[in-house]
Amino acid sequence: MRPLTVSAWTATSALGRGREAHARALTGERSGLAPERFETCTLDCFVGEVDGLGEPLAAALAPWDCRNNRLALVGLNQDGFVAAVARARERYGAARIGVFLGTSTSGIQQAELAYRERDRIANRLPAQFDHGLTSCTYSIAGFVRTALGLEGMSAAISTACSSSAKVFASARRAMAAGFCDAAVVGGVDSLCLTTLYGFNALQLVAREACRPADVARNGISIGEAAGFALLERGDGELALLGDGESSDAYHMSAPEPNGRGAAESMRAALARAGLTGSDVDYVNLHGTATPANDAAEDKAVSAVLGTAVPASSTKGWTGHTLGAAGILEAVISLLCVQHGFLPRSLNTRNVDPALRANVLRESRSASVNRVMSNSFGFGGSNCSLILGRP
Amino acid sequence: MSTPPGCTAFLEAVGLVAPGMPVWEQARELLSGRRSPQVPLAFAPPQPQLLPPNERRRAPLSVLTALQAAEDAMARTAVAVATAPSVFASSDAEMAIVHRISSALAEPARIVSPTDFHNSVHNAASGYFGIAARATQPVTTLSAFDGSFAAGLRESFALLADGEPAVLLVLYDVPPPVPLYEKRPIETACGIALMLTASAIPTSVARLSLHEASDESVLAEAAIETLRRGNPAARALPVLAAVARGGEQLIGVRTENGSLLGVRVSCL
Repeated sequence: MRPLTVSAWTATSALGRGREAHARALTGERSGLAPERFETCTLDCFVGEVDGLGEPLAAALAPWDCRNNRLALVGLNQDGFVAAVARARERYGAARIGVFLGTSTSGIQQAELAYRERDRIANRLPAQFDHGLTSCTYSIAGFVRTALGLEGMSAAISTACSSSAKVFASARRAMAAGFCDAAVVGGVDSLCLTTLYGFNALQLVAREACRPADVARNGISIGEAAGFALLERGDGELALLGDGESSDAYHMSAPEPNGRGAAESMRAALARAGLTGSDVDYVNLHGTATPANDAAEDKAVSAVLGTAVPASSTKGWTGHTLGAAGILEAVISLLCVQHGFLPRSLNTRNVDPALRANVLRESRSASVNRVMSNSFGFGGSNCSLILGRP
Repeated sequence: MSTPPGCTAFLEAVGLVAPGMPVWEQARELLSGRRSPQVPLAFAPPQPQLLPPNERRRAPLSVLTALQAAEDAMARTAVAVATAPSVFASSDAEMAIVHRISSALAEPARIVSPTDFHNSVHNAASGYFGIAARATQPVTTLSAFDGSFAAGLRESFALLADGEPAVLLVLYDVPPPVPLYEKRPIETACGIALMLTASAIPTSVARLSLHEASDESVLAEAAIETLRRGNPAARALPVLAAVARGGEQLIGVRTENGSLLGVRVSCL
């Protein structure tokens, strides 16, 4: 494929608001994970919460008000992203910029709140609860399109934890087919009781901060994030070089143990980019810190890229931001290229001796031109991106 | 919204499960006007044989509906489904699970069923389908509210334009339980599956091309028009009606942003 320029990009997570905050935290050894004190949740675990989301959306955006869309708006307002989209709107026209947003739970917290406040005798939800604009999966895409003043195609892609990686592939195809000339891609997922208690019910949540690749890893720490990128044709400093997707067709909530599907998505990304494994300078692992994910992914990475390429999961820094993990880790990957550094696998005390990949124990400076970022989701939905200098 | 003229695909097989239309053969009779529907339209809960019996008993209605439609299309397609990528488009997937989890979270004990949680993802239906059909090709699962058909169609056409020989598009939505129903009144379950190919093959039934359109197409039969309005997946029915009637027709489909997508159906 011809690389697609990433002409604007940003992320907001527990590490902070915008690229600079992320670069500072990652190079300054500051994790975003903290003991859980979200809303009314009483689980004993760590989360990566974004502070300062208490302000309701105002004016024309008020009907969309929910934690997920508040986080989206905070995210859009970093790193000059809104201004960059406004310039693109001038260039291409508002109807020619597509919006592709990944999410797993969108504004589902609004439904949780509505059920807590429901009239139990009449069995009715509060009048002010608007499913379509908040808790519907599509809400995040409709909200971002509206907030950016765009009038083109939009869709929410929801393949669990690979959602906001797959948006890059969907946007690339839509641009190639002529449905749009530029694309806003990204993803937003916010903390909610559904995912906290749900992953807890599946016994996938760690009590301590998650420890990717550690011999004693025992589950995820849930985080939240918003991230966005503007994709355009033409030459630029940073680009999407390749994308690959596959399906495990194995199990709804466990990865194929040999990493077959993961390896297929990684190989597909290399093939589309016209690169070989030795061209990849760093792998940002999906690395959820569940025993099954890290073992399966390690087999795929070792098979496709070998055991020398530096690799780390950044979920010890940000938590697993689920449907936003793809874009958050794409942004971290681009930061690695731009700043020339590799972040270590935080909270990894003793690397599992069964893992063969070169797990980064210490952060370091390095020349980084091409990064592969992996994202895998429930339902066996895999996506690998290659980002970097064209 | 502008769409490129000449963006073309070929419809090779249709699968369907909807009230009064348990399979495509019967739907074709009703949608062509050759037979009048018996109202009220009855809906028999789908029992897709793709799923093993124990999973069929436990699977959410949205999964059963999507897989039944896919299975109906697989019964007549000449394309090897396991080797084709797929697109699953649904506005709301399984709101019965949102209802159960949100209800549980409103109680002091907050006991969420692990099965409910792993079935709560928007891509549950595509996940079960992939496992059942051994389909390891990529799948895009998307939502675009009432424009989910248009969004699914665009994604499918884009996959074909990207070099895929065939794409299975599956549309499905099911009614939410009370009290969510009042907030999202999807009235009946509907699943539709379209096997689309990039080139004409001997089993192709129609050529589909994307254009501008000035009017949203509706259905003449009142009961089926009610179905079209009451379920995002059923927004595809005018396209299927054009296939059932034969000949050529431009169908206007409302997209997620309120604009219209024109689908020219030219039967082969």
